[in-house]
Amino acid sequence: MTDHERRAVGTAGGPASVATPADARPPGREDAPAIGEAVVSARVPRHQVVAFVVMVALLVLAPFFIYPVFLMKALCFALFACAFNLLIGYVGLLSFGHAAFLGGAGYASAHAAKVWGFPPEAAILFGTIVAALLGIVIGALTIRSRGIYFANITLAFAQMIFFFSLQAKFTGGEDGIQAVPRGVLLGVLDLRETYTMYFTVLAIFLLGFLVVYRAIHSPFGQVLKAIRENEPRAVSLGYRAEHYKLIAFVLSATLSGVAGATKAIVFQLASLTDVHWTMSGEVVLMTLLGGLGTVFGPVVGAFILISLENYLATLGAWVTIVQGAIFVVCVLVFRRGVIGELGRLVRRPL
Amino acid sequence: MTLFGVPTQALFGQLLIGLINGAFYALLSLGLSVIFGLLNIINFAHGAQYMMGAFVAYFCLQWLGLGYWWALLIAPIVVGLIGIVLERTMLQRLYHLDHLYGLLLTFGVALIIQGVFRNEYGSSGLPYGIPAQLTGGHNLGFMFLPNYRGWVVVFSLVVCLATWYVIERTRLGAYLRAATENPTLVQAFGINVPRMITLTYGFGVALAALAGVLAAPIYQVNPLMGADLIIVVFAVVVIGGLGSIMGSIVTGFALGVVEGFTKVFYPEASNTVIFVIMALVLLVRPAGLFGRTS
Repeated sequence: MTDHERRAVGTAGGPASVATPADARPPGREDAPAIGEAVVSARVPRHQVVAFVVMVALLVLAPFFIYPVFLMKALCFALFACAFNLLIGYVGLLSFGHAAFLGGAGYASAHAAKVWGFPPEAAILFGTIVAALLGIVIGALTIRSRGIYFANITLAFAQMIFFFSLQAKFTGGEDGIQAVPRGVLLGVLDLRETYTMYFTVLAIFLLGFLVVYRAIHSPFGQVLKAIRENEPRAVSLGYRAEHYKLIAFVLSATLSGVAGATKAIVFQLASLTDVHWTMSGEVVLMTLLGGLGTVFGPVVGAFILISLENYLATLGAWVTIVQGAIFVVCVLVFRRGVIGELGRLVRRPL
Repeated sequence: MTLFGVPTQALFGQLLIGLINGAFYALLSLGLSVIFGLLNIINFAHGAQYMMGAFVAYFCLQWLGLGYWWALLIAPIVVGLIGIVLERTMLQRLYHLDHLYGLLLTFGVALIIQGVFRNEYGSSGLPYGIPAQLTGGHNLGFMFLPNYRGWVVVFSLVVCLATWYVIERTRLGAYLRAATENPTLVQAFGINVPRMITLTYGFGVALAALAGVLAAPIYQVNPLMGADLIIVVFAVVVIGGLGSIMGSIVTGFALGVVEGFTKVFYPEASNTVIFVIMALVLLVRPAGLFGRTS
């Protein structure tokens, strides 16, 4: 694949994905190591701050108007999509196996909470670590491949995890791990209370969101973009491209793990659905719909898709048909996604 | 009689099942390889098109009263034509973009097709009988060979080798290979490359449909019959080397057999063995067993 072709996936996300002078690090974090010559200004663009504040305000108010369990599901998937976007939007790698990290972490945290009696924070942490380890192993084996090969190979590894989950004793096969206790967070917050659970999930989501934002807008993120735009050139400038890509992959896997582990605690269930390859497809769709390589796109995409699934749930196979149709429309005529188009309208990267 | 501590009856039985699966892997990965060679996209709709082939055979019987042999001819043509329409109306718009968009588009198409069929026919299988000429079987002494299964193995092998011959040994195939290397130059020589791409896609899809008809009497006709199979076939293609014709045929059959034997000796791993092999192959040869590194 030539550099020109590889560039297309990244830039299709719209102007947001192209390195602009406005890209900046969040305030109060001056300790970031200066890597090479990546120039980073110290200011977060105002419109992104505004968008972030609006998002937080909406999410804080939402549970008083909308069913909180639905919102928690959407938030978990939003974090999952943000983690996924880190890879496709900023490194230009399409992973078709991210379900392995979501579902793998879900099983790990559910098992830790139910069988070992871990408190929720430890269970989520354990799930996250498992996802990170999976990310290191799978990443090390796949990161040298590109484009379609990368998509195919990650898919195959995710299938290995799926069949392992299907057959291993502790995952409960078709039943999954049910009735996982939500427990008491840090010994103080009783997560059986819906609102306590909701704001915990919201906090985890925002933390993950900011980590992704920070990573993208750091010198590290600039190098990732440079690799996406022109890998040989980045290498010739002295960057070890494979290391950067691997770190991005592991970070993406880890955050997907956070999403999966949290999801298992929220829904008190870890099941095969989360490791199946259709889940990997779903996260691609969320990110594509919201806007590849945009900051807020994956969140919007996840909310739209989860709402759709909610409304169409009673109609059986229609969910798949609608998902497929959205895929086709997005790829053919709507490649920037919702937020990408919006960003183009206001002429600012969102 | 036993061999390696396993009754030979079971051993050869699994070998046969492995060969059958291998025949489908080979046919499907061959189609994927042909398409990938020229279009550079992974056709995610391949599993859905395989399923459509089986359904066309079913419709032929139910609506038109046309049996298996007609279906073997009609299904590839019908599904191939649908593929050509798909290529002309949608895929063609994506060639100037990253090839991953082709993958995403065909993935969406696969979801739509499978959803529509599942809506109409549910998730349980519809029966499809073995043609009268191929019922029964032969006792080979060491094992019992059902005629239909033998037919599937032989027929798919013939189709695979014929495809290989056309692509590697004829003038048409030479054009095709040339267009894979450098489409612009081939176009300059007066060959209609866009039409060739369209027909190639149609042919690859027709191969999938043919596999679907062959599979109908064995696995029943089921809207989701291709959904999980195609993931395994992707792994087969990666092992063989994307775009390699002979590679996909050989690895298709070989991996089917390996999978069959795994079922005998270590059943727990039979679902994953292909993926494990894939991981190992990639460590040693990133371009696949028969692939060329560019």
